[in-house]
Amino acid sequence: MPHDGHDHDDDAGAALSPVALRVKALESLLVEKGYVDPAALDVLIETYETLIGPRNGARVVARAWTDPDFADWLRRDATAAITSIGYAGRQGEHMVALFNTPETHNMVVCTLCSCYPWPVLGLPPVWYKSMPYRSRAVMEPRAVLAEFGVTLPEGTAVRVWDSTAEVRYLVIPQRPGGTEGWSAEQLAGLVTRDSMIGTGLASSPA
Amino acid sequence: MNGPQDAGGMMGFGPVVPEPVTPVFHSDWERRAFAITLAMGMTGSWNIDISRHARERIPPAEYWAASYYEIWLKGLERLLAETGLASAAEIAAGRSKTAARPVTRVAAADMIPAILARGGPSDRPAATAPQFAAGDKIRTRNMNPGGHTRLPRYLRGCPGSIAIVHGCHVLPDSSAHRRGDDPHWLYAVRFSASDVFGAPGRDEIVADLWETYLEAA
Repeated sequence: MPHDGHDHDDDAGAALSPVALRVKALESLLVEKGYVDPAALDVLIETYETLIGPRNGARVVARAWTDPDFADWLRRDATAAITSIGYAGRQGEHMVALFNTPETHNMVVCTLCSCYPWPVLGLPPVWYKSMPYRSRAVMEPRAVLAEFGVTLPEGTAVRVWDSTAEVRYLVIPQRPGGTEGWSAEQLAGLVTRDSMIGTGLASSPA
Repeated sequence: MNGPQDAGGMMGFGPVVPEPVTPVFHSDWERRAFAITLAMGMTGSWNIDISRHARERIPPAEYWAASYYEIWLKGLERLLAETGLASAAEIAAGRSKTAARPVTRVAAADMIPAILARGGPSDRPAATAPQFAAGDKIRTRNMNPGGHTRLPRYLRGCPGSIAIVHGCHVLPDSSAHRRGDDPHWLYAVRFSASDVFGAPGRDEIVADLWETYLEAA
């Protein structure tokens, strides 16, 4: 099968876990019924494992840090601005960019499910989809931030965005100091996935 | 519905476990569960709100004990049985026992990039003017529908104000139940954490809420 051949413990060759067996059986059934094309499944997996991920969002952020006109466009119409770089489509149809400032730190959650801006960040990490994050981010964001090692200054207000509709939010972290004159490509290397969710800050130059 | 998915403000689930460098999938079955869920969505047999509602109807104890892709798997099995695309016996056996039902589309590999690029925009032409403008004061309704809704429990009956007028969007409370798009105005609504949770300080919560969830304050 095209998806065999890597080294996870539930792959062919080792004993499959009950859930792995169940998924395998379901996939066989759906292929036998003709509802899904096995080659299409491989393309879907490959797309989200190799093509779409947080490097996309990092390029958007670095561009916003280095190009004031682009930053302005992001504020006015993030969907169009992000599409202009080539990132669009499923789970990013309606984008809003949230600019962090010394006064306000933005942080994103989906308390009801796992809504996340796929075209710019890829698929969400496990913690984002988990009950601890979903239950606590809205009620005690500062305690959650502390678990990520982030402590905000007293004067910074936290604004938590609960993605309850089809609008997807991308946090634009503050540009770190000591990066004057850096190129957008260099800056993108400082933009972590968590800084674009708002559970982290952009990295400082080494 | 006030189901297990409605997590905001609950307690007792423990600390968040950050994972700075994350593999996209943690095992091969997660890859396959992800792909069959997306591919079945592309058959046009249900929409995204119907699939969300299938997941939130998983009994709470089962939902909270399941990993994320197990929730997807349980939701998919439920939808297949409910739409008649596959029976529970077929799902258990992993073998087809009856003829396949017709589906609107079977996505071939070469169709995937275009399907993903198009996505599923939820904005619709507006038949009415928005009731609210940015800055307007509102109060969320105190409602407890048995069906799907995107008004979380922790934000019911709360005072807030309009932050962004997003446009007119498909109403999930309708589309999750195959009652059509029923588009309504959608707003980002800003709340003070002290009004919602009695928290001290200036922290805020913003949620995307449809006009049907709001009343003027």
